[in-house]
Amino acid sequence: MELAMGIILGCCALGAGIAMIAGIGPGIGEGQAVAKACEAIGRQPEAKSEVTSTMIMGCAIAETTGIYALVIAILLIFVAPGIFAGVLKSVIGG
Amino acid sequence: MKKTFKFKLIDWLLILLMILPLVCGMALRVLTKPVSEGISITGVMIFKEFKLPFQNLLISEANVNSWLVLVSLTALALYMTHGMREGVKCRRHLAAEWVVETTDKLVRSNMGEYFKQFSPFICAIIGYSAFSSLSSLIGLFPPTSDFSTVFGWALLVFILITYYKLKGGVGNYVKGYFEPIPFFAPLNVIGELATPISMSFRHYGNILSGSVISALIASALGGLSRSVFGSIAESVPFLQMGLPAVLSVYFDVFSGCLQAFIFAMLTMLNISGGFPKELYEKRKEKKELRRSGKTAA
Repeated sequence: MELAMGIILGCCALGAGIAMIAGIGPGIGEGQAVAKACEAIGRQPEAKSEVTSTMIMGCAIAETTGIYALVIAILLIFVAPGIFAGVLKSVIGG
Repeated sequence: MKKTFKFKLIDWLLILLMILPLVCGMALRVLTKPVSEGISITGVMIFKEFKLPFQNLLISEANVNSWLVLVSLTALALYMTHGMREGVKCRRHLAAEWVVETTDKLVRSNMGEYFKQFSPFICAIIGYSAFSSLSSLIGLFPPTSDFSTVFGWALLVFILITYYKLKGGVGNYVKGYFEPIPFFAPLNVIGELATPISMSFRHYGNILSGSVISALIASALGGLSRSVFGSIAESVPFLQMGLPAVLSVYFDVFSGCLQAFIFAMLTMLNISGGFPKELYEKRKEKKELRRSGKTAA
């Protein structure tokens, strides 16, 4: 029983860590978007407000995948162990 | 214009109505929140449960808080437009006009002339979402960090999208799923259903992750100050001052307002993007032709 519980807790933590690898994607993507926005502002300083608002909008949408990963990781750490432990108890019956 | 006693009385009543719900929410929070040590990251608190045949009806903290925010927002809107008439220039009237004009312009530039009656709906979504997220600043549980609240809005938007897509004819709507080739039909259905889920998850995830990260940092700083300053910090965790407040500017204020804006923006783009304008106009012409033909005959 203790071993099974340990495996559950460890695997939940590992899964949360692995899920957060998805943070790489939005990081690179947002960096690219901001770099291009800086270039655009340098070329056309008068369009600064429009470029900035479009960039923030795009960044927030690009962030979505990272947010999904974060939600999964939070669920794995704070919610999943309890559910899995309940399932284990009902299966083993102890 | 001279302010009469009645005018001032209504003003004060509206201000009271604006503040009272928030104070009530804080009192409710203080009275019902269980005392806990360390980090407590739990879901939404459930006040009452009603037994219903298929699914139990839950009255949760998010429901109560969103109604409180709604009452407060309504009072704010009434206060800003109170005594509004031509020729009277007042700061709050100008602010109200600015809000209406800005949303009108936003809706017109993003959705086109056909959807210009959508402006109040979009304004309501922005205000409701932003103020719900900002309610965490005064210690309330933000309703937007409960998934059901945001999913309700996304479901409403999904119904609107489908309604405006159906305006191009039911046959054309069904045919849209079998394009470019019939093989893609299941993928198209999944793509259609993914819209409300992704919209709601984006909003909910941002607000929830902000509050979780804030709680983690606050508890970590409390532990650090306990280990650095020893027993003095048991009662006053020094390091907890300052940094969480700065982080809250990003996670609560900036992120909350930005997500409200993005939710409204995606609503506008999805509704106007799904609307088949040419098909609708063709259908309308055909209908008018048939009607005029009937009356002529």
